[in-house]
Amino acid sequence: MSVSEPAWPDQLFEVLLANDIRQVAYVPDAGHSRIIARANEHPGIKTTVLTTEEEGVALLAGAWLGGDRGVLLMQSSGVGNCINMFTLIENCRMPLVCLVTMRGEWGEFNPWQEPMGRATPDVLTRMNLQVHRADRPEDAAPMLDAAIAQSFDGFSASAVLLSQRLIGRKAFVAGG
Amino acid sequence: MADEMPLDRREAVARLLRERGNLLVVTGLGSATYDVAAAGDDPRNFYLWGAMGGTAALALGLAQAQPDRPVLAITGDGDMLMGIGALATIGAARPKNLSVVVLDNERYGETGAQLTATAHGVDLSGIARASGLDAMDDIRDMNAVGTLAGRLQRMEGPLYATIKIDRREYPKVLPARDGAWLRSRFREAVLGTAP
Repeated sequence: MSVSEPAWPDQLFEVLLANDIRQVAYVPDAGHSRIIARANEHPGIKTTVLTTEEEGVALLAGAWLGGDRGVLLMQSSGVGNCINMFTLIENCRMPLVCLVTMRGEWGEFNPWQEPMGRATPDVLTRMNLQVHRADRPEDAAPMLDAAIAQSFDGFSASAVLLSQRLIGRKAFVAGG
Repeated sequence: MADEMPLDRREAVARLLRERGNLLVVTGLGSATYDVAAAGDDPRNFYLWGAMGGTAALALGLAQAQPDRPVLAITGDGDMLMGIGALATIGAARPKNLSVVVLDNERYGETGAQLTATAHGVDLSGIARASGLDAMDDIRDMNAVGTLAGRLQRMEGPLYATIKIDRREYPKVLPARDGAWLRSRFREAVLGTAP
C-alpha cells in the first residue's frame, strides 16, 4: 500500500457505527479490507464471512427479524449471485443495504470481471434496489449514510456502489 | 439409504415443536413450511415461501441477533443442498443457539419427487459434522426426535440433525403468504415492537 491511506474506508466504518449497525456480512474484496478489519475488531459488531453473497441477503433478513441492523459487503461479481434472494427482501418489505465495490470498469486487470461489472447497476435496479454510485471518495460516506437511513426507515433495499476508480488500482495489487 | 422405516414428517415436526419454549422457528419453502404450520401456527414462526437455499443462513442472522434464545431452521433436503455453503458459514460463526434440522425424503417434493443428491448417497450430516456443527446421527425413530427436541433448548450448538422421513404426500397446510405481514408479526412477537 502507498504511504498515505485513503480516508474513505474509515469514514464508511464510522457511518456503520453511527447508524447502530451490528452485523456485517461479507464476501471480501480488497476494497473492503479496511472496513472488514475494523468490523472484526469491534466488540459491538458481529461479522460473518459468507461462502456466497446470497447467504448474506438471507442472513441480514434474519438479523433484522431479530432486531439487528446489518450491511452486506461484496464486489460487483457477487451481485449476480444474489438475484433470487433479493426477492425475499421485496416480498417481506425488509430493509437491506449492500455496499458493493465495483470491478471490471477502471484499470481492471481481469477481463472476466467486466460482464458482471457492466450488468451490476441494471441488475440491482431491476431487483428493486435503489442504487447510489460513489465516484468520488468524499461521496462514499454520505451516500452510505443516506442509504442506511432510507432503507431502515422505509423498509426498502439499496446498494452503494464504490467505483473502481474511487477504490484505486493499487488496492487490488496490495490486497491480492 | 432410507429403508429402515423412515418417519412420518408431520408426526416428527409436531413432536419437535410440542414443548417449544422460547424457540424461534424459520421454515424452508415447501413441505417444511406446511409441516410447521400443521403443527400449529405461532407468531414466532417465520415461514419462507421462496428464497430457496436461504433458510439456514437466515436463521444464522436471527440467532446472532438473538443470542439468548434458541433458534431452529427446519427445512428440506433440497433447500439445504441449494444452500449447502451455509453449513460452512454456520460452522465458522459457531452460534451456540442455532439448530438446523433437515427433513430428508431424498426428493424434490414440490416438483414431482425427483431424486435429490441425498438419494444418491450424499451425507448431509457428514457435511455438517465436517463443517464444525454438532451433528447427530441420522434420526429414524421418534425416541431420537424427542432427544433432538430437548437438545434444541440447550443452546450448546450449533446443532445439526437429519430426520429421515417417508415419501407420503400430505395435504398442504398453508400458513399466511404475505411476507410483510409475517415479518411484522414475527418482530412484534420477538421484539415487542411493531412493525
